[in-house]
Amino acid sequence: MSTAPRLTALDALHRSLGATMTDFAGWDMPLRYASERDEHIAVRTKAGLFDLSHMGEITVTGPQAVELLDHALVGNISTVGVGRARYTMICQEDGGILDDLIVYRLGETEYMVVANASNAQIVLDALTERAAGFEAEVRDDRDAYALIAVQGPESPGILKSLTDADLDGLKYYAGLPGTVAGVPALIARTGYTGEDGFELFLKPEHAEGVWKALTEAGAPVGLIPCGLSCRDTLRLEAGMPLYGHELTTALTPFDAGLGRVVKFEKTTNDGRFVGREALEKAAERAETAPPRKLVGLVAEGRRVPRAGFSVVKDGVVIGEVTSGAPSPTLGKPIAIAYVDAAHAAPGTEGVGVDIRGTHEPYEVVALPFYKRQK
Amino acid sequence: MSNPQQLRYTKEHEWLSAAEDGVATVGITEFAANALGDVVYAQLPAVGDTVAAGETCGELESTKSVSDLYSPVSGEVVAANQDVVDDPSLVNTAPFEGGWLFKVRVAGEPDELLSADEYTAFSAG
Repeated sequence: MSTAPRLTALDALHRSLGATMTDFAGWDMPLRYASERDEHIAVRTKAGLFDLSHMGEITVTGPQAVELLDHALVGNISTVGVGRARYTMICQEDGGILDDLIVYRLGETEYMVVANASNAQIVLDALTERAAGFEAEVRDDRDAYALIAVQGPESPGILKSLTDADLDGLKYYAGLPGTVAGVPALIARTGYTGEDGFELFLKPEHAEGVWKALTEAGAPVGLIPCGLSCRDTLRLEAGMPLYGHELTTALTPFDAGLGRVVKFEKTTNDGRFVGREALEKAAERAETAPPRKLVGLVAEGRRVPRAGFSVVKDGVVIGEVTSGAPSPTLGKPIAIAYVDAAHAAPGTEGVGVDIRGTHEPYEVVALPFYKRQK
Repeated sequence: MSNPQQLRYTKEHEWLSAAEDGVATVGITEFAANALGDVVYAQLPAVGDTVAAGETCGELESTKSVSDLYSPVSGEVVAANQDVVDDPSLVNTAPFEGGWLFKVRVAGEPDELLSADEYTAFSAG
């Protein structure tokens, strides 16, 4: 097996823009172009342009496509209308999270599942295996798409100048086929930044032209190219989980505070789906005796908590940081952590993070840290 | 990026000025600042601290990582740059000037400092 990182269709463009590249889930991706802080602020206040072509697209088609998805995933996919999207998860039989996903319903019997790059093969394998007995086809479309995101308050205006699609009629978590800069694209109003924005699924050979057109249309209103570094701080401020940090196979959606994505009321397949029994128990445990809860932490000082650092109170470990970074919006370090339920209430006194041996004081807050004004 | 000729450099990407009245200035190079990304926190040695060549004496934290700060020279710290503590982004915007980190009354000269040309070759490799 080759260990050389995979390159997106925009690789040469990133290098010409002077991007600092990083290996991410086997892909060579832009980490940042100049200052990640400036990129973060551009998305919050104007607009940012991202190459997300590492994300894993899997197409599911056939007369029983929806039955397969209801069986394989924890969400109620039957209730997703054509042109709409749903945030959901795929779990193991024991309820452990294999990945978090967005499912787009492209047609009556056609769905696109978008998995994290690091889990795309696992999701593809699981869906293929779970498709046995269903009249449905699971297709690996990872190489069929490039994915460009334009995110931020200026993004609707920028995209509007390049498309005939009815963006005003396109709601959050909806997607429709259209034309962007003269080429076909699936235009979705989704993102991972906490801002309004769009994700454009394109043929790879069209990616460079669309990127350049968006840059040209957006630069006058402050759009800049953005790397994965600011994508991480944007999602962290918005309290969105990242697989491998807040979500793992050792946790169920209920442990992660995301039990709402599990729909026991599904009616397809007589209500059966992979992981149902374990998830029912997890739901009860979360209700009666939650082990740990996901909370936000805001630093009183300036030292930054990182994934894996211990959360402490009175010298005792009460939890663990799963993600941490300096927050450009708050101007202070922030973190997401799993904390023992007894100490998870916002405002709990005396909580700290062990930063290389020093217990730095932190305030426990409810997530998210940042919510955009609509 | 160009590394000033009048400075000397370490393989840990610090720079050291020539001593004036026995006091030399220490900072990190532009190459190091670019590799770190936006510096958000600087913990510098305090005035009066004794630092030893090649040993850690503080840390620089960026969005993605934290890096130990090594002293290129032994001696007593006579100044720490409060401007950098207040605004760590100075390390990114002016690593060889306003982003200097601390000043040392030099007690011992290290052997293995690099010239600007040697450091440029080292950091390019």
